[in-house]
Amino acid sequence: MALTGVEIFKLLPKTNCKKCGFPTCLAFAMQLASRKVSLDACPDVSDAAKATLGEASAPPIRPITLGAGAKAVKLGEETVLFRHEKKFVNPCAFAIGIKDTDDAALQDKKIAECLTSEIERVGQKLKVDAIAIINESGDKGKFETLAKKVAEKAGDVPAIVCSSNTDAASAALAVFKDKKALLYGATMANVVEMAALAKANGAALGVTASNLDELADLTEKAKAAGIEDIVMDSGAKKAKDILEHNTMIRRAAIKKGNKSVGFPIINFMMRDDNMLETLMIGLGIAKYSSIVVLSSAEKWKNLVTFTLRQNIYTDPQVPMQVQQKIYEIGTPAPNSPLIVTTNFSLTYFIVAGEVENSKVSTWLAVMDCEGLSVLTAWAAGKFTAGKIAAFIKESGIEDKISNKELIIPGYVAILSGALEEKLDGWKITVGPREANAIPTYLKSRSA
Amino acid sequence: MAFTLPKETYTGKVYPVTIGSGDKTVTFGGENVLPFHSFEGTTPYRPLVAYEIMDVPPTEWPDKVKEPYAAVSDNPVKWAKYCETELKAKAIALRLYGTHPDNGDKSAADAVIVVKDVLAAINVPLIIIGSNHAEKDTDVLVKVSEAAKGHTCIIGKAQEANYKTIAASAMANGHMLIAMSELDINLSKQLNIMITQLGFTKEKIIIDPMCSALGYGLEYTYTVMERIRLAALTQNDTTMQQPMLGDVGMYVWKIKEVTASEETLPEWGALTERGIAWEAQTAASLMLSGAELLIMRHPEAVKAVESFIDELM
Repeated sequence: MALTGVEIFKLLPKTNCKKCGFPTCLAFAMQLASRKVSLDACPDVSDAAKATLGEASAPPIRPITLGAGAKAVKLGEETVLFRHEKKFVNPCAFAIGIKDTDDAALQDKKIAECLTSEIERVGQKLKVDAIAIINESGDKGKFETLAKKVAEKAGDVPAIVCSSNTDAASAALAVFKDKKALLYGATMANVVEMAALAKANGAALGVTASNLDELADLTEKAKAAGIEDIVMDSGAKKAKDILEHNTMIRRAAIKKGNKSVGFPIINFMMRDDNMLETLMIGLGIAKYSSIVVLSSAEKWKNLVTFTLRQNIYTDPQVPMQVQQKIYEIGTPAPNSPLIVTTNFSLTYFIVAGEVENSKVSTWLAVMDCEGLSVLTAWAAGKFTAGKIAAFIKESGIEDKISNKELIIPGYVAILSGALEEKLDGWKITVGPREANAIPTYLKSRSA
Repeated sequence: MAFTLPKETYTGKVYPVTIGSGDKTVTFGGENVLPFHSFEGTTPYRPLVAYEIMDVPPTEWPDKVKEPYAAVSDNPVKWAKYCETELKAKAIALRLYGTHPDNGDKSAADAVIVVKDVLAAINVPLIIIGSNHAEKDTDVLVKVSEAAKGHTCIIGKAQEANYKTIAASAMANGHMLIAMSELDINLSKQLNIMITQLGFTKEKIIIDPMCSALGYGLEYTYTVMERIRLAALTQNDTTMQQPMLGDVGMYVWKIKEVTASEETLPEWGALTERGIAWEAQTAASLMLSGAELLIMRHPEAVKAVESFIDELM
């Protein structure tokens, strides 16, 4: 359970030596309580205090890294239940599931889907993060063959080795030795052997239970066997149960400090109906999965699920921004209209969408206002005549257009006079106040 | 070791709303827990998915969502019947798009005819939505509200600019009312309060916190809805206990992701599935954050959402 600042303060040396970078021990304690600094910054803390504080200051959900190298993904470390409270930390990882009973062509196809999945969206690179190899056959040889194939073709992609058969698991896991793979399949019956395997291969351990009681037992057993990095499957399969278990686990870890379930969650979302599977992935993103395993990664499905993951894992306190530049909507010509607005992503998306609806090709000048909407940016002095003029001049748009006319948002009509002074030779036109009036406005201009 | 279930106790409850008349009524809302949390309270009704139709042919809809209705969308009555009989719609949402001054400027009298004809043709409940032109909607929605008296419809959308007349007419004619505000929990609360101050029953309001499509601000709607639900349930805030609407189709079926061709953007994959999944995922996410009523367009997207609800209930 997290300690308060005052409780932490009692354990500190109380010397106010400032070596931690804060003026007093109490100030440092407050920062520790909100997890903004690490205890390491205090050189004089006693070992006893360290042990107490280390336990208490550990994140309620243990951070785990899956894979090694550039494609490694971080899991867990979450601190809240709802996204308005604080940013969700480490986006739910997507793992494409490949069975050792899939024919070779399908296996190849899935590996390729994973490797070519990267898409860029609003400045972020999004992709399928991992490959889960599944010992559907129960056969050791087949499983090892699949492991070798995956290692050969996609060796730097984090691997999840799924088998409850210790022989098969041992053979396949050895292929990913010291690559921080996840060995998934520890049950009440085999947890000791599986823990030993995970340790020997430098892997995290995935436990799979049949209910929440058993899950808590399993993680305790894994911990007793010396495993720290655990990923949990409560056994929930149906959406209703996944929602229930994931919610209970997240609440228990975060609100009750229950360490026996303070680990990332893995959910298998495969469905025969691919649309339903897509929505199941959405459930995992919204409701606390750290890893979702999918049966396929078609491009359309990736685009949908990547976008949702990006939406849910954005920081609610920091407005999403788009890049400052002149966006071309449609195929603008030198005599097409030029509209200026701010780079708040919602503003951009709504304005760009309405311009698209108008079917009038347009130059859309999006100015960096630190992600503020038009009125807020104006009020904050970031969307002023001087700044807009400088942006338009530096953007190079003058070379691309034939008539120097700039359309400004109706809400900042007040800027038109000052802008005309600052943008010599330009005509400033006041556009609509609301984006939904843009189609009518653009259509009537071009008529 | 036993795992102690950290169950929440909720003090509030979402009002159940029943629409339609005769033996074809439908109820949604009514839960006293967060969406689908039937493990710690009651979720008596499924979210309701209504099929969207329009009073004019959907010329501005992308091809992929026009196709399923190609044979019927020239006529709202045929279109409504098709949704009820072939697609097994549980409710129909008629958008009076043609009354907008920019889209044909049809009169309130024209709208009344369409509403009466559609009501006569179907048995399932009807949701009647204006063209989102604040001024014109006042005229149109008041008249169609009278014309639909006795059918217990949902009328909308009342906004800050026009709620007084629309609410008065919905009240006089026994309908439910959609209250739409712009993506802000406080604006939403304020509008609900203003509407109830007119004497409108608070249990007959449906909150529309304003939708947004996946990738186009969904996170804002998602979080506003989640916060409205938390206020309703954990703080027992009676001004926020109305069911919520996700007017999904109209926001989804205009963005680039559902229209861009596979030739221009091969990295986005198959267009048909992309559009369907975009609408279904937007709807499903809003359900998870609190929407109990969804207005959707593509039959396959509705099907996926219904299967998802089956698994969640």
